Amino acid sequence: MSESDEAVVETTEGAELPSDALVVAENVHKSFGRLEVLKGIDLEVRRGEVMCVVGPSGSGKSTFLRCINHLEKLTAGRLWFDGELMGFHQKRGRLHELRDKEIAAQRRDIGMVFQRFNLFPHLTALGNVVEAPIQVNRVPRAQAVERGMQLLERVGLPDKADVHPEQLSGGQQQRVAIARALAMEPNLMLFDEPTSALDPELVGDVLDVMRDLARGGMTMVVVTHEMGFAREVGDSLVFMDDGMVVESGPPAEVLNDPQHERTQAFLSKVLF
Amino acid sequence: MSAVPVRYPERWAAACVVLVLAAMFVHMLFTNEAFNWPFMWDNMFSDPVVRGVGVTLSATVLSMIIGILLGIVLAVMRLSGNPVLVTVAWLYTWFFRGVPRLVLAVLFGNLAILYATIQIGLPFDNYWMPLLGLEGEARFFEIDVRTALSGYMAGLLALALSEGAYMAEIIRAGLQSVDKGQTEAAQALGMNRGRILRRITLPQAMRVVIPPTGNETIAMLKDTALLAYVPVTIELFYQLQAIGTKTYQIFPMLVAACLWYLAITSVLMVGQYFIERRFNPEQRGARIRTVGGRH
Repeated sequence: MSESDEAVVETTEGAELPSDALVVAENVHKSFGRLEVLKGIDLEVRRGEVMCVVGPSGSGKSTFLRCINHLEKLTAGRLWFDGELMGFHQKRGRLHELRDKEIAAQRRDIGMVFQRFNLFPHLTALGNVVEAPIQVNRVPRAQAVERGMQLLERVGLPDKADVHPEQLSGGQQQRVAIARALAMEPNLMLFDEPTSALDPELVGDVLDVMRDLARGGMTMVVVTHEMGFAREVGDSLVFMDDGMVVESGPPAEVLNDPQHERTQAFLSKVLF
Repeated sequence: MSAVPVRYPERWAAACVVLVLAAMFVHMLFTNEAFNWPFMWDNMFSDPVVRGVGVTLSATVLSMIIGILLGIVLAVMRLSGNPVLVTVAWLYTWFFRGVPRLVLAVLFGNLAILYATIQIGLPFDNYWMPLLGLEGEARFFEIDVRTALSGYMAGLLALALSEGAYMAEIIRAGLQSVDKGQTEAAQALGMNRGRILRRITLPQAMRVVIPPTGNETIAMLKDTALLAYVPVTIELFYQLQAIGTKTYQIFPMLVAACLWYLAITSVLMVGQYFIERRFNPEQRGARIRTVGGRH
């Protein structure tokens, strides 16, 4: 890495970010009405890092993930993606909400995979994959289809291109969903419990695709209960509880030698 | 197995009674002079009647097209979250669903009493122009209501505006039936609101929207008969009645009206069956579904 890459990037907001940080969360709060779900999250995801987020249900890990691509609007704090403040712009010391189209533009570089797949049921598998490139990025149809077929091949489903989602198994649907997110050529992939809705025997195929993606150098934030995956593929592991980051570090360290009581209690209940 | 199946003697008895009644009805159709079938047959395809069928069809198609477009706008307003838009959409639906179509048809036929002309310009110009020291009026062009809202236009407007209220409810139900995860997935892909509505939400809402819209179309075809009271003199039912009154052969012409409406609604029902199958992905195969309707 050259000197200039190491240097800090001066953002328009005046905050200093290390140049290899793709996501920086600073004191992120989120409340739903009077219920405070996130109570001040500070995190950094470096380029190429695979970060696994674990924790009991209701700990706010999915909400945090959804804050990264602004599916949830922060109540307080800041979140930068690729040096850009997500969802807001700062003018004369005040935050202004971005318009719908501006937020949409920011989201283009962030892929997201959902627990319940959320494939578009009125489109075929290939139709799901090429929809956004054609509609949002104005990629010519033929080119998008060619690229879409490559992606379906990559997730092991080239023969399912013309099939509608309801005729696919959960595992196949999730792999199409991953291909759909990759079609936008994102810099960051968010996974929201991608295997939690799957039959146990289908989990492996999806994890294989994700492992492959991590090996290819994709930056990933993965909310998961798959401790084996976190240990093997993750570069870092974050344990969240009650809207806060309790503990984080290299997965092997956190999993083998948890420092915090709550981490110990959680891990003792999880089989892996 | 050679077990004796259960017998249902009471069903057989009921079937016999129904058969006898049906036979009596058919016999009456052929023997009662008041039907005057030859007269009906001679007159139900006369030029003004056939032209009336055309008017009925065009009124159905146009009022449904306007109604659907209006319904989309109203449904989006209802779901917009802006209190003014929500209230206006609610009031619109409340009014047009609360007033009978027959009353609306007659009301619109008499709108010229309210406005002799409609002028398009800046609102409240008669108040603010003098305040700014300006003379004259800020009006660009005007429409003579008595010619513009001639019978057909008035009736069409009444039907279309009324239909908009019903379609708004149908489309709203359709949009709300689409899982929230669909919108989120589309947002995550970087699609903006308008594109999500056009490409993701509306196409999925269609599955829920199409069957009741088919019913609405069939109901609308029948409701075009209300145009006779606007009055729209070129319309089918008006023409059939006119022949009936002129010739004192009222009943045959009423039967002719029944047959015409039945024929057209039957064609529409077949169309509805195929459209429903087309928009229902699970039914896209060869599986058959009965044609349902609430009217």
